[in-house]
Amino acid sequence: MATISLSLTEEQRALRAGVVEICKRYPGEYWRDLDARREYPDKFVTELTQAGYLAALIPQDYGGAGLGIRDGGLILETINASGGNAAACHAQMYIMGTVLRHGSEAQKRQYLPKIATGELRLQAFGVTEPNSGSDTTKLQTTAVRRGDRYVVNGQKMFISRVLQSDLMLLLARTTPVDQVKRKTDGLSVFLIDIRHLEGLEVRPLRMMMNHSTNALFFDNMEIPAESLVGEEGRGFAYILDGMNAERILVASDSLGDARWFIEKAVAYSNQRVIFGRPIGANQGVQFAIAKAHIAIEAAQLMRDKAAALFDAGQPCGGEANMAKYLGAEAAWDAGNACIDCHGGYGYAEEYDVERKFRECRLYKTAPINNNLVLAYVGEHVLGLPRSY
Amino acid sequence: MKILVAIKQVPDTATQVKVGGDGKSIDTAGITWIVSPYDEYAVEEALRIKEKRGQGEVVAISLGPDRVREALRSCLAMGCDRAIHLNDAAWSAVDTLATARALAAVVTQEAPQLVLCGRQAIDDDMGAVTAQLAELLGWPCAYWIMEEAVDADGKTVRAARQVEGGLEVFDLPLPAVLAAQKGLNEPRYPTLKGIMGAKKKEIKDVKAADLGLGAEPAQLAVLGLEALPPRPPGRIIEGDVPSAVKELVRALREDAKAI
Repeated sequence: MATISLSLTEEQRALRAGVVEICKRYPGEYWRDLDARREYPDKFVTELTQAGYLAALIPQDYGGAGLGIRDGGLILETINASGGNAAACHAQMYIMGTVLRHGSEAQKRQYLPKIATGELRLQAFGVTEPNSGSDTTKLQTTAVRRGDRYVVNGQKMFISRVLQSDLMLLLARTTPVDQVKRKTDGLSVFLIDIRHLEGLEVRPLRMMMNHSTNALFFDNMEIPAESLVGEEGRGFAYILDGMNAERILVASDSLGDARWFIEKAVAYSNQRVIFGRPIGANQGVQFAIAKAHIAIEAAQLMRDKAAALFDAGQPCGGEANMAKYLGAEAAWDAGNACIDCHGGYGYAEEYDVERKFRECRLYKTAPINNNLVLAYVGEHVLGLPRSY
Repeated sequence: MKILVAIKQVPDTATQVKVGGDGKSIDTAGITWIVSPYDEYAVEEALRIKEKRGQGEVVAISLGPDRVREALRSCLAMGCDRAIHLNDAAWSAVDTLATARALAAVVTQEAPQLVLCGRQAIDDDMGAVTAQLAELLGWPCAYWIMEEAVDADGKTVRAARQVEGGLEVFDLPLPAVLAAQKGLNEPRYPTLKGIMGAKKKEIKDVKAADLGLGAEPAQLAVLGLEALPPRPPGRIIEGDVPSAVKELVRALREDAKAI
C-alpha cells in the first residue's frame, strides 16, 4: 500500500545535504553568467553526474542507485531551492524510464549503465511538433522501415538539450493514421544515437530563459532498425506511462523554485525598512508571501502523494498531473510575491529573482500546459465530457 | 595504516541558536545537525592519507546521543570504513576531559597510528579535547594543521601548523594526534554511491562499561548561557551637512569617545 511519509529519512537528509554541498559551489553568479550568454551549465551537470545523483532512478543492476521518484524529486527540488536550475539535467534522470520499462534486455544492458555514469547523455525527448503541440497523435514525423533501417522525415519543436545529448528518444508515426484502428496506434518510440547523425539538423532557439531548446529537422534521416523500443506501433502508450514520472519531477523543480522565492522574500521583507518599519510588517506584503507558502505546502503534499503512488506501482495520473499544476502555480505565485516585495531590486539581475522568475514560468506551460491538466482532471478524474 | 577521526555533531552554522528553558543549554528543537566543519577537514585528510598509501582503514568516532549516528553515517558516506558511537547515559553530561578519557580508551583498544580531529568544535569552541586526548595517551600533538605528510614507512608525520604570518613545521613520531585547521584541504561531499554504501557499513555502539569506564562527575559545569544583548539602534543625525558633521564629530568625541 502506498503511504506518504511526512518526514525525510536519514538517507534522504543525507541525499539533500550532498546536493546542497554541490550547489554551494555554483552560486548565483555562476547561473547569472550562463543565463546572460544562454550557455549550458556543463560544469555543474558534470559534477552532479559524477557524484551519481542523476543516476538515482536507474536500478542498481544497471549501475544506478535504484531509488524512488520521491528521492529523485528531492534531488531536483534541492537544486532549484539552492538557486540553480535543474531543468538543465532533470531529463537525464527520467527519459531512460521508457527504455527501462519497454526496452529489450540488450538495449538496457547496452545503454543504462553508460547513462548511469554519464558516459552517455540521454536528455532529449522528441515528441512535440510545430503542427501538433499537445495533440500528440496528430504528429507528422514518419519513420518508414527499409530493410534494416528506418527512414525518418519531419520536424520537431522545442526539443531541449539535443546539443547536450548523445542519445534521443523519438516518437514518430510508423503506420499512417488512416491505416490504424485508433489514432493512438501506429506511433513508435526509437532510442537513437544522434552523434554525427546524417539527415538531422538542429537549430537552437533563443528563449526567454536559458533553456537549450531547439527545432529539429529530419531529412531522410536513417536510423538502425534496432533503435525501435518495444513493439512497433505501441509507442504512444510507452510515452504516456513515462509522463507521470516527468510530471512528478517537474512538480519537484517547481517546489524548489517556490521555496527559493519564499526564503528570499522573507529575508528581504524582514530586513528592508521603509516608512520606519520592515516592509514585511505590511499585510499587503506579508499575506502574499504567506499565501504562496500555504500553496507550496499543499503542492508538496500532492507531489508526495503522487510519488508514493508511483513508487508503489499504483495508478497516479491524476495525482501526478495535479502535483505538476499545483507546483507550477505555487512557484509562480511565490515568484510574484518575491518580485513584488523586492520592488525595483526584484528586476535587478544581481538579485537572481528575475532569472528565477523567468525560469519558473516555464512549468505553467511545459511539459504540458496547466489548462490541459484541468482538461485531464475534468475528463478523467471527474467524468465530465471531453472539453477539447 | 589505521587512522581514527574523532568528530562532533553540532548545530548547522546557519542555525539561530536559542537558550533553552533551563538557562544552561540550548534549545535543540528544530535544529539541523551537521558534522563540525573543522572535523570534516580531519575526515577528508584521513581519507586522502589512506588513498595516497593505497591501503589502510579510516574509523570515525563520536560521543553523544542517538542523533549522532547521522553524523557518523555522513562520515561513512564520505568514505570512512566504519564508525564507533560512544552512546551511553553515563556520558550525558560529559565535559571535555571525560570525553577525552572515553576517546583515549577507544584509541587504546583500536591502536591506530594516527588520530585526527578538528581544531575545535564550532558549537562551544572549547578546542580542548584533542590536547587532552593526546596528553592521556602520552602521544605528541599538533594543532591548527595546514599541511601534513606521513612518511613512507608510516613512522613519522611532518605537520605544518598555522602561526601568525606563516607556518611552523614539526616532525612528530607516530602514533600522534593532529588537529585540522581550515585550509588543510577541501572536504569532499558524499556521492550518491557513497550515501547508498554507507547504509551497509558498521556503526558500533559502545557503552561506558565496554571501555571499563563508569560515570564520571564533570569537572566543568555550565552555570548559565546568555544570548548576546540586542544591538542598540543607530542614530541618524538630521540637519544640513556642515552642522551635521559638527554634531557627528562631537558625538564621536564626547558620547562614543571614539576619537
